[in-house]
Amino acid sequence: MRSKFFPFILILIFIIIFLFFYKGLSNYNIYTPNINVEKDIPLFSANLFESNVEVNSKEFFDPKKLYLLNIWSSWCVPCRDEHALLMDLSKNKNITLIGLNYKDRPDNAKNFLNELGNPYSQILVDETGTKAIEWGAFGVPETFLIYKNKVIKKYIGPLNQQLLVEIKSLIK
Amino acid sequence: MLSSTIGYYSLILGLCSSIIIFYFSIINYQDKILDTKILSFTFLQLFFVIISFLSLVLSFINSDFSNETVFNNSHTTKPLFYKISGTWGNHEGSLLLWQLVLTLFIFIFLLKSDNQSKQYRILTLLFQEIIIIGFFIFIIKTSNPFNYIYPIPKQGLGLNPILQDPALAIHPPILYVGYVGSSIIFSSVLAATILNIISREWASHIKKWVLVSWIFLSLGILFGSIWAYYELGWGGFWFWDPVENVSLMPWLALTALLHCIIVLEKKIVLTSWVVILSITTFTLSMCGTFLVRSGILNSVHSFANDPERGLYILIFLFSLIFLSIFIYFFFHKQNIKNNNNFFWLSKETSILINNWFMMYFLSVVLIGTIYPIFLEVISSQKISVGPPFYHKLIIPFLFPFLLAMAIGPNLKWVKSNMENKVNLILFFVLSIFVSGFVLKNLDQKFLINTVLLSSAFYLFFITIRDLFTKNFKNFSQNVAHFGFSLLILSILLNNFFSSEIIINLKVGESFENNKTKIIFNDIVQNKQKNYVSIIGNFTVENFDGKIDNLKPELRIYNQPNIITSEADIKTSFLSDKFMVMNSVQNQEYFNIRYQVKPFMIWIWISVVLICFGGLISFFKKKNEK
Amino acid sequence: MNYLKVIFFFLVLFNFNELKADNENLKNQITKNLRCLICQGQSVYDSDSEFANSLKVVVEEKLNDGFSEEQIYLFLKDKYGEWILYDPELNINTYILWLLPILLFLIGGAIIFKSFIFTKK
Repeated sequence: MRSKFFPFILILIFIIIFLFFYKGLSNYNIYTPNINVEKDIPLFSANLFESNVEVNSKEFFDPKKLYLLNIWSSWCVPCRDEHALLMDLSKNKNITLIGLNYKDRPDNAKNFLNELGNPYSQILVDETGTKAIEWGAFGVPETFLIYKNKVIKKYIGPLNQQLLVEIKSLIK
Repeated sequence: MLSSTIGYYSLILGLCSSIIIFYFSIINYQDKILDTKILSFTFLQLFFVIISFLSLVLSFINSDFSNETVFNNSHTTKPLFYKISGTWGNHEGSLLLWQLVLTLFIFIFLLKSDNQSKQYRILTLLFQEIIIIGFFIFIIKTSNPFNYIYPIPKQGLGLNPILQDPALAIHPPILYVGYVGSSIIFSSVLAATILNIISREWASHIKKWVLVSWIFLSLGILFGSIWAYYELGWGGFWFWDPVENVSLMPWLALTALLHCIIVLEKKIVLTSWVVILSITTFTLSMCGTFLVRSGILNSVHSFANDPERGLYILIFLFSLIFLSIFIYFFFHKQNIKNNNNFFWLSKETSILINNWFMMYFLSVVLIGTIYPIFLEVISSQKISVGPPFYHKLIIPFLFPFLLAMAIGPNLKWVKSNMENKVNLILFFVLSIFVSGFVLKNLDQKFLINTVLLSSAFYLFFITIRDLFTKNFKNFSQNVAHFGFSLLILSILLNNFFSSEIIINLKVGESFENNKTKIIFNDIVQNKQKNYVSIIGNFTVENFDGKIDNLKPELRIYNQPNIITSEADIKTSFLSDKFMVMNSVQNQEYFNIRYQVKPFMIWIWISVVLICFGGLISFFKKKNEK
Repeated sequence: MNYLKVIFFFLVLFNFNELKADNENLKNQITKNLRCLICQGQSVYDSDSEFANSLKVVVEEKLNDGFSEEQIYLFLKDKYGEWILYDPELNINTYILWLLPILLFLIGGAIIFKSFIFTKK
C-alpha cells in the first residue's frame, strides 16, 4: 500500500520545492540592510576634523537635538552628487549636520569642502573605516537621522531630491 | 554582421532538425532497424550547432560589435586567445557551447551504440532530443547570442579581467562535457527502464559514459580550483561557494553511481538505486545550471542574471523531474529474484557504505546551498552558509569514510572472512604512530586532527600496498583510490602546516620575524596591451638561508576598469610560496600577503591521478573476473 | 555500537571549533568566517575591498580590547544581521539546516542495514 502513495508524496515534495525556487527567484541576493529599525547610536570615540580633539559619541550627541550624520569621502563620486543637497539642508536650523570623513586624506577632504562648501557643523574623522562599521555602514555615502540618541532612519547610497523632501518632513 | 545572421539561422535550422529527429524517432520506433535518416539528421543537427558556434567565435575574433554578446564581453585590445575564450565566458556563448556538447554527444552515442537494441537507441535519442529541444528554445527565446545592436558601438565593454586566464579558458568546456555526459546517462537510464533491460550488459555499456562524464567533471573542477587558487583568493582553492558546490554535487552523485555500476556489472542488484542515482546526477547538473544562471544565489562566479531565464530553466528542470518520476514508478519493475542480501563483510557492503557516505556528503552540500533560499522565502531572513558549516558536518564523517575506503577494496565479492586481515590492523597502528609523530612537531593536540590524519595515512598506506601487491589486477581502482588518499592527505597537511604573514609595506621597507625576512625592493611599472601592470619586487629570506625572489603584480585593466592582483607563486614539490600584493585606498603602502603552503602541488597531482584511474578503467578491454 | 558512533560524532562535532591560537591567527580565523557584504560571496579574509579591510581592522581592535571570538560575532551580528556570519548558529531558523543532513544519514544507514545486511533469506 505504501508504494502506491509514495509517488504522490514525492511529486508533492517536488512541487513544494518548485514553489520555493519560484518564490526565491524574486528575492534579492545582495546584502539589503534593515533600514527601519531604531537602534541606539554606537559607542565610539573619534577625532574632530578641525581641531583633532578626541570626542566621545555619548557626549557628542545632544539627546534633544535632531542630527543628520553623513558618511562621506573626497574620493567617493556619489558623495559629490549629493553634496548640493546637503548644502541645502544645512540652511535648516532645526537639524545639525555631522560629517564622518571616511578613509580620506585630510588635504583632499579640505579641498573637497573648499570647492563645494561645508554643510557640516562638525566633522568626525574615520581614518581606518572602523567608525563607519560601528554605525553599521558598509560603504560611502550613507546617511543616518539621529534623535534622542537613536538612529531613527538610515539611507544607503546618495541622497536625492525625493529623500530630501522626506527628511524635511521628518524635521517638522 | 554576416556571421551573426548565419549563426542565428543555423540555430533555427538546428532546432528544426531536432524536431524532425524527434518526429522520425517516434515513427521509426516500431521498425526493426534504425532509419539511416535519423543518423543523418543527428549529424545535421550537430553541424548546424557547430556552424552557429563558429560564427559566434568569428564575431568575437573580428570584434564585431554589432553583436550584443560581443559588445558586452569583448574589446579590441584583448589578446586573441581571450577573444576566443571570451566566446564561452558569458551566459549566451556558454549555453551555445553546452548545446554543442549535447548534440555532439548524442551523435557519438548513436555511432557507438550499434551493438545495443534498436528500441533502446531510439528511446535514448528521444529523451535526449527532449533535452536538446528544450535548450534550443531556451537559447533562442531568452539568451540569443546573436542579438543586433544599432547603432554599432565603436568599442566593446570588455571581458572581466579575472576571467582572462588560461585555466579559466578551458575550464568551462571541460566542465560542460562532464555535465552533458550525465544527460546521456539520464536518457539512457530512462530508456532502459521503459524497456526493462537494466542488466549486466547495460551496466558495462553505460559505464563508459559514466566514466567519461566523471573524468571530465573531475578535471573541470580541478581547473576551476587551480584558477581560484592563483586568481581569486589568497591561497585558498575551495571556498564552498554556491557555484563550486553546484559542480561538486553532480560529482558526488556520479562517483556514487560509478561504484554502483561496478556492482551491477557483477550481479543484478541495486537496479532501482542505479536508476535513481542516474536521474539524480542529471537533475543536479540541471539544478546547477538553474542556480548559476538565474542569479538566485550570491556567488563570486555568477553570470549576469535575469529572472526570466531562471523561470524557464526552472520549469524545464521540473518537467524533466516529473517525467522521470512518472517513468520510474510506471515502468520500473523490481526484479523479484533480486538478491538484495549482502554478507556484512563483502565488497558489496563496502560499496553500499561508499554510497551511504556519498549521499550524506551530497545532502550536506545540497542543503547548505539551497537552504538560505528556502529560509528567505519562508521568513525573509537572510543567512549565510559558509565553510564552517561544511567543515563541521563533513570532517567528522571523513574518518569512518576513509577507513571503509581502505578496507573495502580488500574484501572479496559476496563474502570475505576475517583471516589475513591482521596486516590491515597493523597498518592502522602504523598510521596512528605516523600521524602522532607528524602532529607532535606542530604541537597540535586536537584529537580530531590525529584521528583524521591517521585515517588518511591509513588509506594512503593501504593503497600503496595494494598498488604493488595486486599485480595490476584492479589497477584503475587502485590508482584512483591512491589519488584520493593523496588528495585528502595533502589537503590535511596543507591545512595544518600553512603559515602566512600579512603586512603593510612601503617600497624599500622590510619585515622580519623569527623565521622569515621580507624585503620590498622596488616596483616596476609596465604598459601592456590592455592593462598597466605594477610589479613589486620582493626578496624573501628564510631562516634556513634560502632566498626567494617573488614578483606579485597588480594589473589595472582599462576595459573594463578593474584592478586585479596576480599572485606570484614559487612551486616546489614540498611547498608553494605564495605572495600577493594589494594597493590600499589613499595609502602609500601596499598590503602584502606571504604564505607558505606545503604540498600544494600534490593536491593537483592527486586529482590528476584520480582522473587517470578513471581513464585506465575506460580503456580496459575486459573487466576483471 | 551505533549509539557510541553517534555520540562520538557529536562530541567531535562540537569540539571541533575550539582552536586556540594567538591573536593574529584568531583574527584570520574570524575574518574567514565573516562574509564581505559588498562582495559577491567572498569572505572578509579573502576580499580586499574597502569594507573588508576596515572590518579586519575592527576585528583586530576588538581582539586587542579583549573581546572573545563569540563576542565579536555577536557585535557584528547586531550591526549587520546574520547574513554576515558564515557559520549559521543553531536556532529555530536553522534546525533543518543542521539536523536534516544528519537525519538523512541515519535514515540511510537504517535502510542499508535493514534491507541489505540483516535480512535473512
